[in-house]
Amino acid sequence: MDNPMAPIELFRLGPVIINQVVVVTWVVMGAIVLFALWVRLHLRRDKPGRAQQVAEGLLDWLRQEVRAIVDRPPEPFVPLVGSLFLFIFVSNLSSQVSPFAGPNVMPPTADINTTAALATVVFLAVPVYGVLLTGTLNYLKTYLQPVWIMLPFNVMSEVSRTVALAVRLFGNILSAEILIGVLLAIVPFFLPVPLMFLGLITGTIQAYIFAALSIVYIGGAIKMVEQRGQKKEESA
Amino acid sequence: MSLEMIAIVVAGLTVAIGAIGPALGEGRAAAAALDAMARQPDIAGSITRTLFVCLAMIESTAIYCLLVSMLLLFKVGPLFEQAQAAGSTP
Repeated sequence: MDNPMAPIELFRLGPVIINQVVVVTWVVMGAIVLFALWVRLHLRRDKPGRAQQVAEGLLDWLRQEVRAIVDRPPEPFVPLVGSLFLFIFVSNLSSQVSPFAGPNVMPPTADINTTAALATVVFLAVPVYGVLLTGTLNYLKTYLQPVWIMLPFNVMSEVSRTVALAVRLFGNILSAEILIGVLLAIVPFFLPVPLMFLGLITGTIQAYIFAALSIVYIGGAIKMVEQRGQKKEESA
Repeated sequence: MSLEMIAIVVAGLTVAIGAIGPALGEGRAAAAALDAMARQPDIAGSITRTLFVCLAMIESTAIYCLLVSMLLLFKVGPLFEQAQAAGSTP
């Protein structure tokens, strides 16, 4: 069996090698942007079309989920978490078109570089949201919770959970792809179909989990500041 | 037995043994969540949301095992083979 982690080179732009992952990422990005533009141009207040209803339902659902996790107005978080969810969701499902577009279209999220980049975005978003919403000093003090000895452990946990976020998405999607690939080689008829259904479920759930975990991480830093403030008020 | 064969056997063992713990843990977590949902159906939504996050956390240990076994199969194993072909044992 070929190495499923090896990049598939498609063509070169000068010295830059363009892999299949990059092209599929472009297609996914283009599809999402086109959908958004189409909905934007056909926005109607009196009689919303199908696409507008899908978009509004998705936005409502995202707001509701974010509000349930962070316990505060969801507006500042929805753009980041919603984009992460949409991109990962569409990428995970992009491999389902492979029978029509060629034998082996791997989703971009089955490449460790994509998921590492997405996890880095979350890693950077935690301090940015923490500083913007609670103030620099208050955010930095959360690293000394519950006592100052915990400082190295808090820093370590930030790094390790970022690695876990990247590896979890990558491993789940790649394992589903490998499973389908092996079954296609052994029994090409019908048997891979249930596993492709399983791939659909895994892809959706993993996109949800990535978005939920990123909002839990971002909300966690803010919640710690608020809880500390409440404790101080009680003791005063 | 060449070093690459050892790498393949160890890769199989990694997934086989590494899947036991997360399987038991996820079973317990799901059972506890179902129990809680049966007792308090009103907060089933919030339990489901927390359950998904918890399952993802538990599952990640199994994913690490999968990753290690894939590294053994596709990165380390071929390295051993190349080193043996070059005449030096790593």
